[in-house]
Amino acid sequence: MGQIELQKVTKSFGETQVIPPLDLVIGEGEFVVFVGPSGCGKSTLLRLIAGLEDISSGTIKIDGKDATDLGPAKRGLAMVFQSYALYPHMSVRKNIAFPLKMAGMEKAAIDAKVEGAAKVLNLGDYLERRPGQLSGGQRQRVAIGRAIVREPAAFLFDEPLSNLDAALRVNMRLEITELHQTLKTTMIYVTHDQVEAMTMADKIVVLHAGRIEQVGSPLELYRTPRNTFVAGFIGSPKMNLLTGAVAKARGVETIGIRPEHVAVSKDSGEWQGRVTVAEHLGSDTFLHVNSDHGGMTVRVGGQMNVGHGDTIWMTPDANHLHRFGADGVRIA
Amino acid sequence: MARAVSTRRKAIVTVIAWGIGLAIFFPILWTILTSFKTEADAIASPPKFLFFDWTFENYVTVQERSDYFRHFWNSVVMSVGSTVLALIIAIPAAWSMAFIPGRWTKDVLMWMLSTKMMPAVGVLVPMYLMFRDLGLLDTVSGLVIILTLINLPIVVWMLYTYFKEIPGEILEAARMDGANLRSEIIYVLTPMAVPGIASTMLLNIILAWNEAFWTLNLTAAKAAPLTAFIASYSSPEGLFYAKLSAASTMAIAPILIMGWFSQKQLVRGLTFGAVK
Repeated sequence: MGQIELQKVTKSFGETQVIPPLDLVIGEGEFVVFVGPSGCGKSTLLRLIAGLEDISSGTIKIDGKDATDLGPAKRGLAMVFQSYALYPHMSVRKNIAFPLKMAGMEKAAIDAKVEGAAKVLNLGDYLERRPGQLSGGQRQRVAIGRAIVREPAAFLFDEPLSNLDAALRVNMRLEITELHQTLKTTMIYVTHDQVEAMTMADKIVVLHAGRIEQVGSPLELYRTPRNTFVAGFIGSPKMNLLTGAVAKARGVETIGIRPEHVAVSKDSGEWQGRVTVAEHLGSDTFLHVNSDHGGMTVRVGGQMNVGHGDTIWMTPDANHLHRFGADGVRIA
Repeated sequence: MARAVSTRRKAIVTVIAWGIGLAIFFPILWTILTSFKTEADAIASPPKFLFFDWTFENYVTVQERSDYFRHFWNSVVMSVGSTVLALIIAIPAAWSMAFIPGRWTKDVLMWMLSTKMMPAVGVLVPMYLMFRDLGLLDTVSGLVIILTLINLPIVVWMLYTYFKEIPGEILEAARMDGANLRSEIIYVLTPMAVPGIASTMLLNIILAWNEAFWTLNLTAAKAAPLTAFIASYSSPEGLFYAKLSAASTMAIAPILIMGWFSQKQLVRGLTFGAVK
């Protein structure tokens, strides 16, 4: 259960096409992350799958059956919203029970399921409270509880962590990943945060202006980005993309090198540069450098003693050098 | 940062506010006072303010001459009935305008409001003829229908404003949770909009209660509400001021008491969206 297939799906709002024809298969039990900058169409795509928006053309299949014209209630999917979208006038218990009540389940069965979900999500003590009396993290758990009791074919998450503070976000990230490992249900997760995408996904779908730029596992995208957009978007700090003479010398339009694939020395190397800012994280130090070929970021060990204004030499690791043509596409 | 306001300034503002408040309330106060005067005191010049012979005579006479409770009951049925009917029509209408607005939604809203800009007397004759042909003249059901129709634009507008404030994601969540349109409106939208619906209801009951043009023109005796009850004491000849005041006081008392107890809800309703 839980295979979702999009065939030539498009979406237009009036004259503007926000999703050009798009094909995508999401396998059973996969954790798929849609990632991209804001306005890339990732949320729209999720809403199309949910049935909250109608597609303009194409077909959506869920478990092999055509779901294109089914309403959201009939698709067997559950969604967790960015704002949590809890029912403010209902207790936590009633919030979690709501989808079961709508499905016409008996009261005793509903109670058992709600208790079960509350146990899994540590909400046992809060069942009689209203959403307004809960913290952000607890609300998020209630929203997840409401989704899991239905045993849906797939879970859809729309930027569920962006309203939480940084520490809680890391926790919830872990909880959602663990939940996926326990339930083994298909999950589609939308985020603009590439760290979330890298840490949680089995498969990442990078979107840009409604188009799929690349689909692959986190490490595939990291090691072999298909074009300069993916290269620049995946990875933190960003990959250095250099154009001009330095790229021409290697016979291409653009070369890319990740900050950790540059050897740094104080006295000799291929490219010279001057440090503008040194960010000391303890384990690592990131140097922002003004080089002959433009601004660059490089990673050095936490021990290296460099600072603002120092001159350094950088040598790229040829084995990890990415080469891109004039159209921005990777050249093997 | 809070603005420092001097005590003197506060005192001046308070006095002005009380002055304006009393000026607005004065006609009602005067009506109530007059209702306790004799007919002679009621037209005395200079007017007597508090020092007159207090009497309940007018109330007794009014109740003897006309049946207050029948009029009262007609008013209750017509204002509550038309409000409930208007809400049943307006909730789905406002829902669709707030959550799935079409290209013409704004125009429809404006058009509805524009019907309130037309003087009612302009359509009196056709309405009267239609009511006559449908056998609705001097019936309470006829009043319920006409009051529903004339207040519907305001009810839709008010509910629309409330519904706009409800986050659409919550309704989408209900849809994802398997709720059909009916369940979505009954279990999610309506409970969340209760404060708004309550204010709309209160305001509409008051509007219907006080409506005098249609209620006077479309009723004679059977269905006559309190507005007709008051009007029957307004006479070009004879001494009727005190009795007219007694009738008016009796007519506005129920709505005044209701308004007093629900003023918090009403003020919130009327300033909704403007004050957060």
